[in-house]
Amino acid sequence: MEIAMKYIVAVIQPDKLDEVMTNLEEKQIHLVTVTPVMGRGRQKGISEVYRSHKEAGSLLKKIKLEIAVNDEFVKPAIEAIVGGARTGHVGDGKVFVLDLPECIRISTGEKGCSAIG
Amino acid sequence: MVKVLKSPPFWFFAAFLLFTVIATVVAAEDAAPVVGSAEHAAAAVDTGDTAWLLTSSALVLMMTPALAFFYGGLVRRKNVLSILMQCFMLMCLITIQWVLFGYSLAFGPDVRGAIGSLAWFGLKDVGLAPNPVYAATVPHQAFMIFQAMFAIITPALILGAFAERMKFSTFCIFSLLWATLVYDPVCHWVWGAGGFLRADGALDFAGGTVVHINAGIAALASALVLGKRQGYPDKISPPHNLPFAVLGAGLLWFGWFGFNGGSALGSGALATNAFVVTHIAAAAAGLTWALLDWITNSRSTVLGIITGAVGGLVAITPASGFVNAIGAIWIGIGVSVFCYMAVAILKVKFGYDDSLDAFGVHGVGGIWGALATGLWATKAVNPAGADGLFYGNPAQFFIQFKAVIITAVYSFVVTFVLLKVLTAVMGARASQQDERIGLDLTQHREAGYTVLE
Repeated sequence: MEIAMKYIVAVIQPDKLDEVMTNLEEKQIHLVTVTPVMGRGRQKGISEVYRSHKEAGSLLKKIKLEIAVNDEFVKPAIEAIVGGARTGHVGDGKVFVLDLPECIRISTGEKGCSAIG
Repeated sequence: MVKVLKSPPFWFFAAFLLFTVIATVVAAEDAAPVVGSAEHAAAAVDTGDTAWLLTSSALVLMMTPALAFFYGGLVRRKNVLSILMQCFMLMCLITIQWVLFGYSLAFGPDVRGAIGSLAWFGLKDVGLAPNPVYAATVPHQAFMIFQAMFAIITPALILGAFAERMKFSTFCIFSLLWATLVYDPVCHWVWGAGGFLRADGALDFAGGTVVHINAGIAALASALVLGKRQGYPDKISPPHNLPFAVLGAGLLWFGWFGFNGGSALGSGALATNAFVVTHIAAAAAGLTWALLDWITNSRSTVLGIITGAVGGLVAITPASGFVNAIGAIWIGIGVSVFCYMAVAILKVKFGYDDSLDAFGVHGVGGIWGALATGLWATKAVNPAGADGLFYGNPAQFFIQFKAVIITAVYSFVVTFVLLKVLTAVMGARASQQDERIGLDLTQHREAGYTVLE
């Protein structure tokens, strides 16, 4: 119960999801939640045109990953995400690491770090 | 009970039942029973012509749900059902209006060239024998039901202009009154026996004036009366489902073979000409719009090519029984150029919110089509028609011009006044709050899409 837990949120390019998932699998990280999202960063958007009316188009399609891990898996998870999602261009995305105070497995009622894996 | 008596839909329903009772009584007095006339008519009815006209009627009916998807794809997610509902309501509402009195007003015995009488109320005297004045080789009811489909789609075209902001109750009353006060008279002028524009020699093969100019100008008037949507023009989200719009446009193209081909009222050479030039004009117009987009916006767009194709279909409508293949290509090229300018430049410059470009495509395209008929019409295609300006008859162009002006002015004025009156009496716009939440939820208590299972 003393081992700390982290909550990793990553925003990546949609076409990089497969590589990131493969990398996570190799690092024995199986639990991940994936959401399609819209976002904006330094990359800026591609403006759309409808009957010659130009939309501002400031949001781009991205994929958001959410992964809860025990401390020893934080580094492998970050490596998996960064390694899979990096192209070296603006727009590759970001990884955020947050402290996670509690975790409960609904099926068994287990709590804390034993509930995560 | 008191609550029911105070409910406008209750009185609407009561009026509907009352009219039906009157029609029942009127029909009972019918001197020539419909069944007897069917036997008598057998010799005159051409089965090929009838088969094609009934098929065409079904094709034209399908254009209204097709339009629903064309328009429905272009609005925001929160308003998709309101578009589908308005179109479907017109299929029901206008059919009953048409059968009870609309057909009689449009095609019934002429009163001073202006309107049909109510002699054919409830389809009295509209039986299974042909009416040689309109279509000598098909049962009169086949002609009636074919025309019914036109009466349905015309008010449906208008709703593109006030999409996403009109109150549903007002929409229903407006559509019923518009069909009665605008569509039926204009239909009579152009197509009814004794109608004054028909007597003038104006050419409108399948409804460029009656349907498209009429609806397109009414669309402009309603966009002006209702005003802009909240957030127009910069804060309106893009079309929520372009594949729907493509599906709708594709089905419109398909249905238009019945719209124009069926307007030959027979299945021979004239129907073939209409069918062929319809297809050619749609293709030329779609191609032209795609190229214009490519040149001016550096990309060809899906919405552009389908808008162009629909514009081509609009423009060829009045001309389809009078022009040849080359005329159709020119009409198709021209319509995309003019409609493109209307939606990309004119609308922006004047700032009116014609939400889905009902005026920009049907109004402008319809006017171009009617005028172009006066340019490229040739008796070589249809001896019963006339030659246009390019075939040595400039007078025809001016006859077309006159019909355009008369229809446009009448449609604009009556639509404008009608909507102003309805605004004062019952309010035309949904409340600001309802508009923000969306018409699907506020007008119909339904949602087009679930987010959760």
